[in-house]
Amino acid sequence: MTPALEVRSLQAGYGPTKVLRGIDLIVQDGVTAILGPSGCGKTTLLRAVAGFVTPSAGSIAVAGSEVVGGRRQVPARSRGLGYVPQHGALFPHLSVARNVAFGLPRSQRRDAGLVREVLELVELSPSLAGRYPHELSGGQQQRVALARALAPRPTVVLLDEPFSSLDASLREDTGRAVVRALRAAGAAAILVTHDQGEALSLADQVAVMMEGTFLQVATPAEIYLAPAEPRVASFLGHASLLRGRAGPEGTATSALGPVRLRGAVEPGPVLLAVRAEQVQVRPEPADGAAGEVIDASFYGHDATIRVRLDSGEGLSARTPATAVPVAGDRVRICLVGEVVAFPAPAASATVDPCTDEPPRSS
Amino acid sequence: MVGVVVAGLALVPLGYVLWSTATLGPGEATEFLWRPRIGELLWNTVRLLAAGVLTCTVLGVAGAWVVERTDLRGRNWWHGLLCAPLAVPAFVNGYGWVSTTHAVQSYWGAVMVVTLSYYPLVYLPTAAALRRLDPAVEEVAVSLGRGPGSVFTRVTLPAISPAVLGGALLVGLHLLAEYGALQLLNYPTLTTAVLQQYATVFNGPEATLLALVLVAFCLLLLGAELLLRGRRQRARVGSGSSGEPSRVRLGRWQALVAAGLAGLGLWSLGVPVASLVRWLARGSSTGIDGAELTAALGTTLGLAIGAGLLATAVAVPVVWLAVRYRGFLTTLIERSVYTASAMPGIVVGLALVTVSIRVVPSLYQTLAVLLLGYVILFLPRAVVSVRSTFELVPPGLEEVARNLGCSGFGVAGRVTLPLVLPGLAAATALVSLAVSTELTATLLLAPLGTDTLATRFWSDASSVQYGAAAPYALALVLLSIPSTWLLGRLATGASR
Repeated sequence: MTPALEVRSLQAGYGPTKVLRGIDLIVQDGVTAILGPSGCGKTTLLRAVAGFVTPSAGSIAVAGSEVVGGRRQVPARSRGLGYVPQHGALFPHLSVARNVAFGLPRSQRRDAGLVREVLELVELSPSLAGRYPHELSGGQQQRVALARALAPRPTVVLLDEPFSSLDASLREDTGRAVVRALRAAGAAAILVTHDQGEALSLADQVAVMMEGTFLQVATPAEIYLAPAEPRVASFLGHASLLRGRAGPEGTATSALGPVRLRGAVEPGPVLLAVRAEQVQVRPEPADGAAGEVIDASFYGHDATIRVRLDSGEGLSARTPATAVPVAGDRVRICLVGEVVAFPAPAASATVDPCTDEPPRSS
Repeated sequence: MVGVVVAGLALVPLGYVLWSTATLGPGEATEFLWRPRIGELLWNTVRLLAAGVLTCTVLGVAGAWVVERTDLRGRNWWHGLLCAPLAVPAFVNGYGWVSTTHAVQSYWGAVMVVTLSYYPLVYLPTAAALRRLDPAVEEVAVSLGRGPGSVFTRVTLPAISPAVLGGALLVGLHLLAEYGALQLLNYPTLTTAVLQQYATVFNGPEATLLALVLVAFCLLLLGAELLLRGRRQRARVGSGSSGEPSRVRLGRWQALVAAGLAGLGLWSLGVPVASLVRWLARGSSTGIDGAELTAALGTTLGLAIGAGLLATAVAVPVVWLAVRYRGFLTTLIERSVYTASAMPGIVVGLALVTVSIRVVPSLYQTLAVLLLGYVILFLPRAVVSVRSTFELVPPGLEEVARNLGCSGFGVAGRVTLPLVLPGLAAATALVSLAVSTELTATLLLAPLGTDTLATRFWSDASSVQYGAAAPYALALVLLSIPSTWLLGRLATGASR
């Protein structure tokens, strides 16, 4: 089957600064989330695919036909891609119906039935067709923007942080509705986001991007459970990186004592990615590694605390809301389940992302 | 109270025109207005207005689009060049052309000269609007398969239409008020006729009636603009940060577009400046009267700074009322100030002459009336610029200062004043610069023996002593450069 979108060794930049350093991506169908911190180049990638940024090298093919390759550049208007920018960017001077019909061929623009169909696709009442954008709520505006992108039946829809301007409660509902509409329309989608919850919950495939390259492209579960490298592990979920030494038996020694490893790991020095939910915190006296609580953030359903182990390493842990320690408390830490280990780079070059201090060697 | 007085003053010209027409009686008025001469003046004014506004709009919008939406090289330079004609007052531009060739003393010559002088009034707001426009809106249209032309007419133009219309309105008002350039080009309009009437029979009812027609035109323009603007929503949806727009690639058109802009620059700046330099060189051989020049310069600067300070001082309470105590009355006061912006200088001048003679004869032919005229004329500019600075001081800031133990005066001195001072200075500068090149009202209101650069220039240029006028023209251009620079910066800098 021809992939909906195929990107090969794409490079792009603004002047001397390289923003994309060789991106490969294949989108068969469904939603692919591009996840990364701000400034990693994810929006540039999206704009290069859309045709608003001219790549310096590489190729892009939409549904099998090449739109960028060699010196060939299909102009943005002829690529047949749907595009939903960050704030929807509805045409403020046109009604909802005329916004939705904007990209249709002239003969179909007056077709109220078509507009109604697309509005229903994004789960909006057709009675909104006569309204103007400023008369809609934020979530409705985003859905109209998606309807406008879907109306010409594109193979791929590009979504640039479409939910970032919505408040938290609206974000989840709108996100799910958008994905349902994309599935119903049979369009593949690229969703650029910095919100890992959004990426993991909405996408079929997640590409983790940092500094202009993909660190890992896989299903959400695989990304979370089997991160390809320490940076992916620490970016997704509150994983703390601890130094350890892998033994021959699928175990490793660390500041938390012996831990079981997931998968086969070469014996030698390793970095252990410890997820916050794997860490159990108990008040002294108890078994486990000793440490001191630095601070605690209470979320209601649970709390996240940061602990400095007596070995000097920092760690995040999730604790039930009923027993939250306070800063300065002495606690004992032990681990539940298996831990992902990465062969450690030379010496202590890495910085624990969960504490601001460089790790001290034990 | 202050506000009501200010509003009253600002409404003097309008009130004068209405009142004097009312006293004239309808029979006499229709008899006067129903003459072929008036018909000719009307026709001249209307066709100049139509063609001038149209060409200015086309040039201004095209220039703004090229500079803001294509990959033209050296955009900042072109932006400067397109703003630059504002630094040459229209009557100096007319002088430059007419002293080069008499071919411009025709309808099309008049259209060309006023277009070259006034198209930046459309260019500037349009360029600013294009820069503020969220590029995502245009990008979506492109991704939906629209070409550059269709994107421009269906998406960009509706979005920037308020700015374009506003600019066109300004051009229209300026064209109606223009006296100097058209007089030099020998193109009679309502405005030049008013001044002629005034010069021959001093203050007869004819001048007043013509002024009434002129005011009617101005109000008609304002109404037309309001009507065209309509109630359509153009407010941007969402609060997106506007990024760098994707620009249309010119490719092999690059050189052609650059050549076109260069030609425009040459035509609008090169010709007047060249002829100015030529006359300057010729004039210096016969000798320039340095003492007269410095005297005129001194008078101009004195009047300009005085009027600038006065207008700003008057603007502050008006704005303060409108911003802090929103209500029907305060909004009314602010609006009434703006009506003066639609009043040609000549009407303001005429009104003040009449009112001062009838009501306070002791003030007639004094600097006080002249300064008052300047304040009425340029108060709208001061208000606009003072207003934008006052909006930088949210009430929250003052409340915080009070909360930290500041007294009322302490708040004013330590918080409000430091924040608004640059804006007040800018307002003063803008008004001063406008005053220093004002011609029409000055001709009417300046006391005998008070010569400004503009009136000196005028007495020489209108008596075809081009060489003698050149130094004054140069001084006027130099005085206009700072405000032009300021306006050019405001258009582009505001959103960066």
